[in-house]
Amino acid sequence: MINIDPSEARVRANQIRCHIINMTCAAGSGHPGGSLSAADIVGALYFGGMRIDPARPDWPDRDRFVLSKGHAAPVLYAALAERGYFPVEDLDSLRKLGSPLQGHPDMKKLPGVEMSTGSLGQGLSVANGMALAGKIDGRDYRVFVLLGDGELQEGQVWEAAMAAAHYGLDNLTAFVDFNGLQIDGPVTEVMSPLPIADKWLAFGWHVIEIDGHDMEQVFRAIDESKTVKGRPTAVIAYTVKGKGVSFMESVVDWHGVAPKEDQRDKALAELTERRPD
Amino acid sequence: MKKIATREAYGQALVALGRENADVVVLDADLSKSTKTIEFKKAFPERFFDMGIAEANMVGTAAGLAAAGKTPFCSTFAVFATGRTYDQIRQSVAYPHLNVKIAATHAGLTVGEDGASHQSVEDIALMRVLPGMTVFVPADAVEVHGAVAAAVRIDGPVYIRLGRMAVPILHSDDFKFVPGRAVELRPGTDVTIIACGIMVAEALKAAEDLAAEGVNAAVLNIHTIKPLDVAAVTEAARKTGAVVTAEEHSIIGGLGSAVAEALVENCPVPLVRVGVRDTFGESGKPDELLLKYGLTAGDIVTAVRQVLGRK
Ligand SMILES: Cc1ncc(C[n+]2csc(CCOP(=O)(O)OP(=O)(O)O)c2C)c(N)n1
Ligand SMILES: [Mg+2]
Repeated sequence: MINIDPSEARVRANQIRCHIINMTCAAGSGHPGGSLSAADIVGALYFGGMRIDPARPDWPDRDRFVLSKGHAAPVLYAALAERGYFPVEDLDSLRKLGSPLQGHPDMKKLPGVEMSTGSLGQGLSVANGMALAGKIDGRDYRVFVLLGDGELQEGQVWEAAMAAAHYGLDNLTAFVDFNGLQIDGPVTEVMSPLPIADKWLAFGWHVIEIDGHDMEQVFRAIDESKTVKGRPTAVIAYTVKGKGVSFMESVVDWHGVAPKEDQRDKALAELTERRPD
Repeated sequence: MKKIATREAYGQALVALGRENADVVVLDADLSKSTKTIEFKKAFPERFFDMGIAEANMVGTAAGLAAAGKTPFCSTFAVFATGRTYDQIRQSVAYPHLNVKIAATHAGLTVGEDGASHQSVEDIALMRVLPGMTVFVPADAVEVHGAVAAAVRIDGPVYIRLGRMAVPILHSDDFKFVPGRAVELRPGTDVTIIACGIMVAEALKAAEDLAAEGVNAAVLNIHTIKPLDVAAVTEAARKTGAVVTAEEHSIIGGLGSAVAEALVENCPVPLVRVGVRDTFGESGKPDELLLKYGLTAGDIVTAVRQVLGRK
């Protein structure tokens, strides 16, 4: 029952990955690993999953996306640029003095960014607020939020999870980018958030588990979440940190290090070779 | 000049401390490679606890460890170490006056490219206002070793503010770090520049430049913001009749405020505060940000000229 053809999103996600590599390389710092793991989810949202209009970033009835794991700003910026919110060339200004593309998303500097994030654990609460406002105002927009698996260690996430279920926020979909890694190592070694799906279930959410790199599954999850009544939906997306670049995949150290120029070229060559048609 | 980041020195100091004190335990919140507590983890894995991305729980756990006789050091970025955990520090650490040492790295604008969400320019203010909290802002690696050693001897909570960037070593190895005592790094007669952290090196540069203009500026290094060395600050104001403060922090609530409070009550003289002027930071290279936000030796020189005009 997917309503959207995922083939365009597939191509765009690949393009988003190329932007992530280019922009972090140009910046000389940033977070490629968790940006790449989320590229398919964010690509699906911006290319079919969300009701948005790049010409009207403040349209009251637009769907909203909150990047709770704000360090993955490159994936958000790349998606916004690909979708036409601003010129793709501007991506190169990432993290530079005076750029609207701050190291972590700043809603006051860049149209299309729904919330300023960067301090982990806070985005779901904000998404709840947006969803509640939608209910109060009788608007039919949907709120999407993306959390990291390490981020689930923040207590506030679970305060928000409780609240979203309590208020029956069925206009809310939370994605968990379950890439298994954080900064100090695998999430299970640092501070295990497992079992993840069971926790959301226990908090009263509708839970869908998917392969976060299978575009069809991502779209199916988005569609399913739109049909659920009375409960918010958590999509647990099994992903690979650094996905799409062989030498970055599942390597902890690519969390917060930018590729050098030779590494950029190698990464781009791989991504180009695997470009879907 | 040799340069080393205060966070690097912190990692080394922790290992030395761990060797001589079996009660020292270290907690981190998924940033051990950045805060350098990883050095302690390597040396004493059984006394290191990664608490994950859960800073509030880290501080609460530290309170429990302290209540049970341990001396916990908690580390993460300053913005999270003070902001994310403020109530836990207030209720579970400061109020019961427990032996929890919070060593926060990546303070101030020199975090750089990560931007405002990660640049703490309020942490000194937040910690300074808590009853019984000692607040150290080491200016170099030597002061870090002193501050860490002193923190263990102090009965009660201590906040140590550390930076990301490599900074020059100002002191020789035989420097004696005395908590609460200001350090006169340069005598002077016309004005006193009172600085902390990375701004101490800038203050020394400014004093050099001012000397060339015929202005004789004293430089006072305040590694302990609380308890402030009120006697030394008052004495310096009395001797020179004008004061400029310099800090990589908001001018509201930090060193500048502490000095202003002391001077107003004891020796009111003209004062100009160099620091972040009631604004958030942004992404950029550390040096670019220091320039843009008015935190260079040149800005201190300008402030001195202003204050001398009001003398
Ligand atoms: C409150 C808070 N604590 C610490 C950090 C520093 N930090 C940035 S990213 C990160 C790890 C995130 O891991 P995860 O949520 O799994 O993200 P991903 O693997 O998707 O990059 C940490 C600890 C932060 N940004 N916010
Ligand atoms: Mg992760």
